Amino acid sequence: MTEFELPPIDYVAIAPILIIMGAAVLGVLVEAFVPRRLRHPVQLPLALLAVLAALTMVVVNADKRVITFGVIAIDGPTLFLQGAILVLSAVALLLVGERAIERGGAFVAQAAITADSPDDRRQAERAGGAGEVYPLVTFAVGGMLIFVSANDLLTMFIALEVFSLPLYLLCALARRRRLLSQEAAMKYFLLGAYASAFFLFGLALLYGFTAGMGDRQAGVDFSTIHAAVANSTQSRVLLFAGMALVAIGLLFKAAAAPFHVWTPDVYQGAPTPITGFMAACTKVAAFGALLRVFHVAFEGARWDFTPVLGAVAVLTMLVGAVLAVTQTDIKRLLAYSSIANAGYLLVGVLAPGPEGLSGTMFYLVAYGFTVLAAFAVVTLVRDADGEATHLSRWAGLGRRSPLYASLFTFILLAFAGIPLTSGFISKFAVFGPALSGGQVWLVIAGVLTSMVLAFPYLRVVVMMWLSEPGETTPTVTVPGGLTSAALAIGVIATLVLGVVPGPLLDLATGAADFVR
Amino acid sequence: MDEILTYAQAAPAETVSYATADGLLSNVWLLVAIPLVSAAVLLLLGRRADRWGHWLGVAAVGAAFLLGLASFLGLRGLENKSVQLSLWDFMVVGGLHVDFGLLFDPLAGVFVLLITGVGFLIHLYAVEYMAVDAGRRRFFAYFNLFIAAMLLLVLGNNYVMLYFGWEGVGLASYLLINFWYTRPAAATAGKKAFLMNRVGDAGLAIAIFIMFATLGTTQYDEVFNGVGALTGGTVLVLGLLLLLGAAGKSGQFPLQAWLPDAMEGPTPVSALIHAATMVTAGVYLIARSNIIFSANSTLQLVVVSVGALTLLLGAIIGCAKDDIKRVLAWSTVSQIGYMFLGVGLGGAAYALAIVHLLAHGFFKANMFLGAGSVMHAMKDQVDIRRFGGLSKYMKITWLTFGAGWVAIIGMFPFSGYFSKEPIIAAAFQREDWTAWLFGGAAVLGAALTAFYMTRLFVLTFHGPKRWTTDIEHPHESPPLMTVPLILLGIGSLGAGWLLATSVPDWLTATGGLAATETHHEAVLPHWAIVVLSLGVTVLGAVLGWFLFRNGTATAPQPAGVLVTAARKNLYTDAVNEAVFEKPGIFLTRALVYLDNRGIDGLVNGLAAGIGGGSGRLRRLQTGFVRSYATSILTGALLVMAAFLAVQAGWLA
Repeated sequence: MTEFELPPIDYVAIAPILIIMGAAVLGVLVEAFVPRRLRHPVQLPLALLAVLAALTMVVVNADKRVITFGVIAIDGPTLFLQGAILVLSAVALLLVGERAIERGGAFVAQAAITADSPDDRRQAERAGGAGEVYPLVTFAVGGMLIFVSANDLLTMFIALEVFSLPLYLLCALARRRRLLSQEAAMKYFLLGAYASAFFLFGLALLYGFTAGMGDRQAGVDFSTIHAAVANSTQSRVLLFAGMALVAIGLLFKAAAAPFHVWTPDVYQGAPTPITGFMAACTKVAAFGALLRVFHVAFEGARWDFTPVLGAVAVLTMLVGAVLAVTQTDIKRLLAYSSIANAGYLLVGVLAPGPEGLSGTMFYLVAYGFTVLAAFAVVTLVRDADGEATHLSRWAGLGRRSPLYASLFTFILLAFAGIPLTSGFISKFAVFGPALSGGQVWLVIAGVLTSMVLAFPYLRVVVMMWLSEPGETTPTVTVPGGLTSAALAIGVIATLVLGVVPGPLLDLATGAADFVR
Repeated sequence: MDEILTYAQAAPAETVSYATADGLLSNVWLLVAIPLVSAAVLLLLGRRADRWGHWLGVAAVGAAFLLGLASFLGLRGLENKSVQLSLWDFMVVGGLHVDFGLLFDPLAGVFVLLITGVGFLIHLYAVEYMAVDAGRRRFFAYFNLFIAAMLLLVLGNNYVMLYFGWEGVGLASYLLINFWYTRPAAATAGKKAFLMNRVGDAGLAIAIFIMFATLGTTQYDEVFNGVGALTGGTVLVLGLLLLLGAAGKSGQFPLQAWLPDAMEGPTPVSALIHAATMVTAGVYLIARSNIIFSANSTLQLVVVSVGALTLLLGAIIGCAKDDIKRVLAWSTVSQIGYMFLGVGLGGAAYALAIVHLLAHGFFKANMFLGAGSVMHAMKDQVDIRRFGGLSKYMKITWLTFGAGWVAIIGMFPFSGYFSKEPIIAAAFQREDWTAWLFGGAAVLGAALTAFYMTRLFVLTFHGPKRWTTDIEHPHESPPLMTVPLILLGIGSLGAGWLLATSVPDWLTATGGLAATETHHEAVLPHWAIVVLSLGVTVLGAVLGWFLFRNGTATAPQPAGVLVTAARKNLYTDAVNEAVFEKPGIFLTRALVYLDNRGIDGLVNGLAAGIGGGSGRLRRLQTGFVRSYATSILTGALLVMAAFLAVQAGWLA
């Protein structure tokens, strides 16, 4: 019996993942052994420190280009996207950790109590929030870090599950409107599992496809798939069916039409800090994986997948933009906006060459900051029953609190892609390469839907500033330090990336090179 | 005629190049900055600056004058008398590179001295003139803003900078005409000036676009060196558009109507902006662009024609007006016509036009301030039929106004003689019959000028008193007003000779103005022209004296066709109304109809379509997991089918 030999592992290269996962385990232990009232003051710094340490390791690794253990690829896009996930999750953690706006924060104390029962109402008013959210968020972040660096489909699948399961749980933990929250979590879980099945089935088909290469062993790592696309003797039906199914699994996470249906319900039901976390970080992770799969594994079949994914992109933009027009809830509006943005990001994914890659990565970072700031404002507009998310309640907000209405107006203008905001630069960064890559139809669709999408944004702006405040117009709560910090970071990043995008664009361009 | 209409291309005699400014001259940007900062301070401090604000305004212009004088003297010692100072890149977009740069050369230098020198005196005068007005601080803020914009206009080293200054003076002019915005007439006049200037400004803007499109630059030196390479047609269009801009700002035909109405503003405004400086910006533009205008003889012919027509138009209408400021305003229109005539003739006449511009700045500012002084004494009345006999009551105003009078009619040996007579002589120096046409117009204009200015002078200061009953003892103005009058009066008498002997030589260092042209023989000997122009001047003045020495009726009298026409501005307003306003109104109505029915209908329909589609699509979002799963499955099947279709080659 031959001794099983472990492949060499570059521990420095995977240090960010190890740190985050370690911190998550530590968080579980804290939850078990630290007294209840100390948990929050311990957990939040622990999570933030872990993110900071992981980010430091990403910076240390900046010049590393290596595939370690055969399954983790550390290269430019990995490091850039890991850095993006860590920075954005730090901002999201600030929102998650906010306790000043509402006693105990946005999360329920004991999720097991029956929703809307008298006990539940009592705990909604008095009890502190669950501390489990920190390890759950940290686990999700760890899963995302693996997801964007996975070098084979199996690792990618495991990472997908690692970051999805905590998200399903987190969605159910809203302090207010718990039925809605639990319903959202249930839907997300069922549909997520459903989509995972597609992914897994596609994986199996691709494995079969790679078996036909004679001397080379079958496998689902990306270099094998890449080689198989070029010279496998197996039926190409296996390739295309497998590619389609894997793509569906990823497009589900990216919230592309027609796999977007979960998005509005989940975004609306989930606690707002978690919605922000999903909109920013899950987007980065999902598109990181899409970039890697389509730029590394399926590069050879570019001319075959571009029309299909292009059609998906156009449909996504259309659905997001058109449906956003009639939304009446701010969180659902932002959900549809996030769907439309997934369409624009797909345009960047389909743009050939490193320019499309770097443009997409820039877009992910810029959008992440803006959307986190947007949800930060949403957490502030409240009445006695929690957040007032119905749009009619936002009428006249500009009179009540000009500062926050101005900030939100700026954020909406950034979403609409007005110059001097990061929204303009990032649209430019994905449409430009697509145009020079010959994808004119995608750019035309993108510009037209952007115009449609500007309408719902501007409607909110008009409503905030030009309507008289009614009796039901909620007040804007004075935010605690953490939310203020998150809001400030988001808004400043949106402005800075709109005025001097050069450094980040250069960074993204320098990182736009996959290892195979 | 064939000869005139050929697109004669004359390559510039020399390339234009500017040295970099250093030493004292590197501070020319302060010329613009000082009045601008002062204006900002006055506007931002609000009422807190009411007590001392006017003195800050005066001091800012005084400082700018001293700095301008120092820079001017500094320029004299230089070899290449043109220095430019590039402050920063104003905009760099694609191939367009616009410098925020200043150019200080002889032409800019004399303008700086005129603007700050005359401007300083008028500021001083306005301290007293506006003393009882509650908005005096605001007035000085706008006045300083105007000085800053006008200096930017003449100091820019490219057409975009010029355009900035151009719009800046337009803004200041609009604000100041409107200064008493509660008076409907002032508000209407402000609007009229604004709109008519817009027509001219559009011409200038398009000209700048053409420069960028054909030459790729708007820097003066690069444009001038590149003009030779353009086709005749392009140069013609470019020049005509620049001329349109110049005509708008300078009140030349066909955009002259706003200038007389602009007299609704306070009198110092009329003196500074609508007589001495801003309205001469058009002359500056043509003189600055002389290389473009000299490159095409048709263009020059158009400029000369506009000048000749306007100088006659202004003079004829001036004869029929009874409002002291309007007479002066129409005389401004007419005198600027002379300047256009000069710049249109080209060659050496450019310098003559600039000399006339500077001399005119002195005597016209003097006369406007004199008119202000008269109005001050007569309770703000402006009707010369109700004046008369004022020479006994306001000696200083009478004497200084008299100095302006002899200067403007071009009587030897006063200012106007040295500046206007050479232009008349130059008008006769053409090869064909047009020499008689333009020379004749210039001589006729001189006669009319003598007549209407004499009429104005005599009706105001001499003859019987025809005052309204509420006036008892007219009094001379206080020293703060009379000192500027005296200084400007001295300038009116002596400046012409001084300028005519020094400025043409000085200006030869300006880009393009040194280019000498073959001298045509005049159709008349020079002494004959001198005798002729002096003769008609004396004739006009004597006629005016005899007709009006005994006063005039205090109410409008029935008059013949010509006088009625002149009273109605020679029907130019009616023509404007019929040719531009009526079709404009009709076009607007048609467009509004089209917009409401066609475009709005389309847009609203589209919006309704999207909204309806959105509402219908929304129903697909049922909230049931089963239907979500179905839609995902459907999507998955479609994507699979599409991939397989691609694989089978159906979509390729």
